[in-house]
Amino acid sequence: MEQKKGRFGQFGGQYVPETLMPVLKEVEEAYEAAQKDPAFQAELNRLYSEYAGRPSRLYYAEKMTRDLGGAKIYLKREDLNHTGSHKINNVLGQVLLAKRMGKTRVIAETGAGQHGVATATAAALMGLECEIFMGKLDTDRQALNVYRMELLGAKVHAVTSGTQVLKDAVNEAMREWAGRMDDTLYVLGSVMGPHPFPTIVRDFQKIIGREIRKQLLEKEGKLPDAVIACVGGGSNAMGSFYEFIEDKEVRLIGCEAAGEGADTPRNAATIANGRLGVFHGMKSLFCQNQYGQIDEVYSISAGLDYPGIGPEHAMLHDTGRAQYVPVTDVEAVEAFEYLSRTEGIIPAVESAHAVAYARKLAPQMRPEQIIVITVSGRGDKDVAAIARYRGVEIYE
Amino acid sequence: MSRIKNAFTKGKAFISFLTGGDPDIATTERLIRVMEENGADLIEIGIPFSDPIAEGPVIQAADERALKGGCTTDDLFEMVRRLRRSTQIPLVFMTYYNPVFSYGNEKFLKNCQEAGIDGVIIPDLPFEESDEIRDTCHQYGIDLINMIAPTSEERIARIAASAEGFLYCVSSLGVTGMREQITTDVASMIEKVRKISNIPCAIGFGISGSQQAKEMGAVSDGVIVGSAIVKLIAEHGTDSDAAVADFVKQMKEAANP
Repeated sequence: MEQKKGRFGQFGGQYVPETLMPVLKEVEEAYEAAQKDPAFQAELNRLYSEYAGRPSRLYYAEKMTRDLGGAKIYLKREDLNHTGSHKINNVLGQVLLAKRMGKTRVIAETGAGQHGVATATAAALMGLECEIFMGKLDTDRQALNVYRMELLGAKVHAVTSGTQVLKDAVNEAMREWAGRMDDTLYVLGSVMGPHPFPTIVRDFQKIIGREIRKQLLEKEGKLPDAVIACVGGGSNAMGSFYEFIEDKEVRLIGCEAAGEGADTPRNAATIANGRLGVFHGMKSLFCQNQYGQIDEVYSISAGLDYPGIGPEHAMLHDTGRAQYVPVTDVEAVEAFEYLSRTEGIIPAVESAHAVAYARKLAPQMRPEQIIVITVSGRGDKDVAAIARYRGVEIYE
Repeated sequence: MSRIKNAFTKGKAFISFLTGGDPDIATTERLIRVMEENGADLIEIGIPFSDPIAEGPVIQAADERALKGGCTTDDLFEMVRRLRRSTQIPLVFMTYYNPVFSYGNEKFLKNCQEAGIDGVIIPDLPFEESDEIRDTCHQYGIDLINMIAPTSEERIARIAASAEGFLYCVSSLGVTGMREQITTDVASMIEKVRKISNIPCAIGFGISGSQQAKEMGAVSDGVIVGSAIVKLIAEHGTDSDAAVADFVKQMKEAANP
């Protein structure tokens, strides 16, 4: 689908300060060499299987299917991976790449802490130094994850610049990398940022869709009619979609966080409300004001609380190959509770956005049709926040 | 052809930066005059951005103050129009690509020309991506200022070959802000440029005191100071005239011993 290197249609590119251009080239070359190296691929596959627990299960949600009374529903259980989300797929690849490049230190941004925890985990495993940048507001909200990262040996920096959330953590990680790249790789957490990151992260995540295809062919002898995943930057969605892009009969649906509503001031629905811009190293769609100042966005889910979207998603939206729908906090919380009660699976509140849309879509489909929902992470981290949302005052 | 050339005709150029609208437009407008009167040869006006990834804490805070004060790109065009009625000092906008792109590259550069801006510096628009704006810059007679960094190495030749106005030589890794020492061999960076081009080379990032201005002036055509001035403005607010005047005078002299 790529035309020029690092471009997805008009989106993508490398909009970073000159200081960082040579290291991006270094990463690109190292990544291309690693991809062609059977030893690298073998080591990564060994880690996926022995350490992360792949392949993740494709589970037939029988009760949910019966309850919704339409399409047959399967859940791709990324929540069962080590560290509890799809983030491990990417960090094992990137930290292995860092090691191969001779780097001794990795840095990363994190919002809720899932990517930070995954990066700290991989760094501990492979013996690299690790520093995580996290918005001050997020370190307060997710104190448990901060401690978890520290337990894994990482140093966590609370970012006090800007709005003190995920986008500011990315800013700070980029600033840090511009000051120290000789021994350091920036392990970006989503299919975003300057080239080559959107491609690297997608490649390390596309195992999700590849497994879905294989597992569903084994179970049902056919491809899904729809694949549904939540989208912040969009890594689990890109990973779920990529394998099916050429199969035009498979509907690809990304669910973005509409917060209090896509037509209210408090949301993070980039496709619904964003416009073309250049930020965090890429040309894509961003929530911004008329002068190009990046908006503060909001979602109950810290993992979807990002004012932009990966460039490949922007292209899939542009070409109409994938469809993006807004899902509100209310709908996501109801889906969080619904999946917990119906299937005994507590999904991450991010993933609950995908579950919410499936609940609307399934009844409109026929019983012989199949929906696959990617459950990108587990919801243990969200239990206290959902309780508070429901008026139960518990704290971690 | 552009006023920017004039900046390099009075010894080593002293280039001063301030964030537009920090703490308010009236102060910025007055300080630009103060800087000119005290020896600045070219002034960089920062258009504040919500997420300035190449800036250290001092300029980040200035951008936040300016945006909180309501400063917009249009306000700064207005300010430049007013200044141009009475000054010919070279003026350059420094901002990130999104404020330009979002405004519309063509509309932005057309307004630059009409208002009297001479060049633009866009730190997150590296050489490889600059094609999408370079022709439009030329169409409106605006110099697109290229940057080289300590990591540029073999990229220097290509970047220098297309440089216009002046070449911004980034002295250090990392972001803007005052540094005790500049450890990069900036002289050899500039030697590499000299093999390709006679473009004036000005050094920025980290220069805050007279000694550094002297050292950097000795190996280049000019020195750029941002954070040290912005820090004075942060301390003195709307009352910064005297402090900025003294500082600019001292730095211009230091760069020209």
